[in-house]
Amino acid sequence: MSLALSLPQPRVLPMSATLALTACEFRIAFRNRWLAIAVGLMGMFALVLSAAGSGPTGSLGVDRLSVTVASLTSLSVYLVPLMALLMSFDAVAGEVERGTLPLLLTYPVARAQVLLAKAFAHLAILTLALVAGFGAAGVLAALLDPEAARGLPALLRLIVTSVALGATFLGAGYAISARSRRPSGAAGLAIGLWLVAVVLYDLGLLAAVVADNGGVFTMKVFPALLLANPADAFRLYNLAASQATSVAAGVSAAAGAVPPWVSLASVLAWPVLAFGAALLSFRKVVP
Amino acid sequence: MTLKLRNLNKRYGPALALDGVGFTVGAGERVALLGHNGAGKSTLMKIVLGLIPFDGGEVQVLGAAPGARREGVAYLPENVAFHPSLTGEEQVATFLSLRRENPRGARDLLARVGLRDAARRRIGTYSKGMRQRVGLAQALIGHPRLLILDEPTSGLDPVSRRDFYRLLDGLAAEGASVLLSSHALTEVEARTDRIVILSGGKLVAEGTMEALRHAAGLPVALQITPAPGQGDAVAAALPGHHRAGERIILTCPPFEKLPLLAQVAALGPKVADVDLVPPSLEDIYSHFSRRDGQ
Repeated sequence: MSLALSLPQPRVLPMSATLALTACEFRIAFRNRWLAIAVGLMGMFALVLSAAGSGPTGSLGVDRLSVTVASLTSLSVYLVPLMALLMSFDAVAGEVERGTLPLLLTYPVARAQVLLAKAFAHLAILTLALVAGFGAAGVLAALLDPEAARGLPALLRLIVTSVALGATFLGAGYAISARSRRPSGAAGLAIGLWLVAVVLYDLGLLAAVVADNGGVFTMKVFPALLLANPADAFRLYNLAASQATSVAAGVSAAAGAVPPWVSLASVLAWPVLAFGAALLSFRKVVP
Repeated sequence: MTLKLRNLNKRYGPALALDGVGFTVGAGERVALLGHNGAGKSTLMKIVLGLIPFDGGEVQVLGAAPGARREGVAYLPENVAFHPSLTGEEQVATFLSLRRENPRGARDLLARVGLRDAARRRIGTYSKGMRQRVGLAQALIGHPRLLILDEPTSGLDPVSRRDFYRLLDGLAAEGASVLLSSHALTEVEARTDRIVILSGGKLVAEGTMEALRHAAGLPVALQITPAPGQGDAVAAALPGHHRAGERIILTCPPFEKLPLLAQVAALGPKVADVDLVPPSLEDIYSHFSRRDGQ
């Protein structure tokens, strides 16, 4: 950390420097086609899911948009962390490998500003992709079902919490990037983190719940473990808040057991924790 | 003093990268840091910039700890690199904003280093020399009081080198201090005020080129061309010579130079011409950088 290296940080953090770096990072991400890839992926999946999700509508007495939101929640859980990690794994390790980091750090900017600028730029791209993709799904639902307006709050909640989920995995990606010596190593770790946090964690919980067969683990530990994983907390919140649990199998029991504000608190606390971890890791980087 | 180093130590594991190095750089002074690859030049520069910690001694940059007065210090790294997706203008504009300067000045700055036409092209398409010039442009931003330049002229053609040193003269005249490392000894001699030689992490010599030449005490050579038919007569009058074809060559320590010249002059018409060959910069540099067992 900065104390260990005796590298004093400037006292003031003027916004203009952070903004200039953000603009620069956004330009780089844009030229690397990240905006096009993110918007394209999100839009394509969102439209396919909302078109395919037309089946259960009438029978469940739920409006079409609420059903779509339930499908989009599952999409977000996989896609948003993946895109966030893919955008962020190169952030520090790439600068180290290109040799651009030492010069940047001799400028009168704090490391927190450098990292914030990257986060703002990447988050802007992620937000644009989410608004475009999920917005398109909302428009499609509204066109097909006059009752779809009832699902609008759920869609907005989904977009906001997806941005928070993205911020969490961006922070995790920066932390990984700062701790890896090379971008290739960071890429491997990022994919590993995605697999563990988004896929294997749930599989493990599922196995434990099945083995426990409705015992203490399922009642007490399982909800806490869901809250401890940002992706599960995200799913829990969106399903509980929209009361769409009836159309989403899996975490329904737990979603009923945990009040929405608790899962929301977890979703919103994770970006702060992840960015804190990223900053601690970045401060240890010796250029 | 713009820069003050005293008894500076830096270890990498068991190896001492810098061993008790101390020197100063005053306002408006241009100091060249010379040494083999691995002598500790880049390490020293990174410590001065606050990029890496040091293990012992004292470092003062603009009167404060390294890294504390970053607004007054400019840096040009060895093999400077930029993101290939940015244009030269965008990169320099960003750096201008980071130093609280107007980003619109990027084009003028690039024009100063001869990149006016390439300003809107991506840096990924630049040659090494062009990237080096973007590096110089960013080092000129604002009014840095100390410039740390690591091999600033590597990759530059002779004309660009001359332009670069002209820029440097202007900065020094305005009171900026310059610490630069280089392998090009001849340009360093003409364009810097003082030389510091590092070898194996130790400071082995420091001073003006004249002072170093004097301290080295390396032999001076006299090349004497005898008048036609006088070769043997001249040789007989000058013991300790050796002959190279028609010419007679004498070497002597610097302090015997004038008596020897008088001796040659006394031969009068027997001598057609005399050339004085001082030790080359390379000789002097090798003398100091090898003294500690390299």
